[in-house]
Amino acid sequence: MSDTHSELSVSVWRGAREGHYQTYTVPQRESQTVLDVVTFVQRHLDPTLSYRFACRVGVCGSCAMTVNGRPRWTCRTHVSKVAGDGRLEVGPLENLPVIKDLTTDMEAFFEKWQQAKGTFVPTRTRHDAIAQIRPDSPKRSAADAGIECINCGVCYAGCDTVRWNSDYFGPAALTRAWTLVNDERDGGNAARLQAISAWGGCHACHSHQTCQELCPQALNPTASIAGLKRRTAAAYLKGEITA
Amino acid sequence: MNVRLYIWQRATAAVMAPLVLVHIAVIFYATHQGMTAEDILSRTHGSIAWAAYYGLFVAAAAIHASIGLRNILAEWLPLMERRAGRYAVGFGIFLFALGLRAVAAVVLS
Repeated sequence: MSDTHSELSVSVWRGAREGHYQTYTVPQRESQTVLDVVTFVQRHLDPTLSYRFACRVGVCGSCAMTVNGRPRWTCRTHVSKVAGDGRLEVGPLENLPVIKDLTTDMEAFFEKWQQAKGTFVPTRTRHDAIAQIRPDSPKRSAADAGIECINCGVCYAGCDTVRWNSDYFGPAALTRAWTLVNDERDGGNAARLQAISAWGGCHACHSHQTCQELCPQALNPTASIAGLKRRTAAAYLKGEITA
Repeated sequence: MNVRLYIWQRATAAVMAPLVLVHIAVIFYATHQGMTAEDILSRTHGSIAWAAYYGLFVAAAAIHASIGLRNILAEWLPLMERRAGRYAVGFGIFLFALGLRAVAAVVLS
């Protein structure tokens, strides 16, 4: 039995920085995701279409695209939720250079993750005992609040401050920094607080809360960034970091 | 914005918050009492307290606004951060001078 009910009119970005939306007609099905639609276009209508995906179940975060003007995971976005009028517009993530069609260059996104010192700095060796961290301690709770970020880039693509200030690290990198700032096993906080206190760091955030609104993991990067603002201000007043 | 400017902007906002409330209360008081400009100036003339109050207000406003303007210039215009900072300092000095002139007019006239 066919589960095709009607047809979808799907506009898909073709090109790189310069390009255009090309419209395809795709059969609409039950429980169809936007990723299913993009895959249908590539498999049946235009094999030259470039896009990125891996897990298809909301774990890897690689299939994020702009769907009807809003950045989303396409694998977890049902067509029925976003295309009530049978129309769908799928473009690449904003605030990132487009390589081709729906594929963006994530290099700047991950470079900023590095600039925000998002790498764990161990304080023990394999010969030391495992650190005993109480899961209900305030610091661990704060770290846990941001640990589920999978770097899909949705918050970065939707952030107005990134759009205005290309040096701004963005919500994902700063959420990672906040997680490590609260990780009692980490020893890199002096350099980390210094890095995120400079131009482009946490103080560039306008607290628009778009990241919180868009995060598919329901994280709150705005709250993490607010925590970093407080922590860096205290560190500056104590003379632990310089401006 | 860096952490130093962030602290200055938040600190000046904290200074201005009670000053704004008193300022609004004074406006309500003066209008409800039906005071003329002459009445007000007769009370403020030679007052060190009003000079200090509005002098602090002007200084906080000039610093706070110029840091905000610096951000706007750097984000909305193709200006480098340092150049935006120079324009903002110029604006802050201009605002401070205008404010002091107003304070002088109220206290010294």
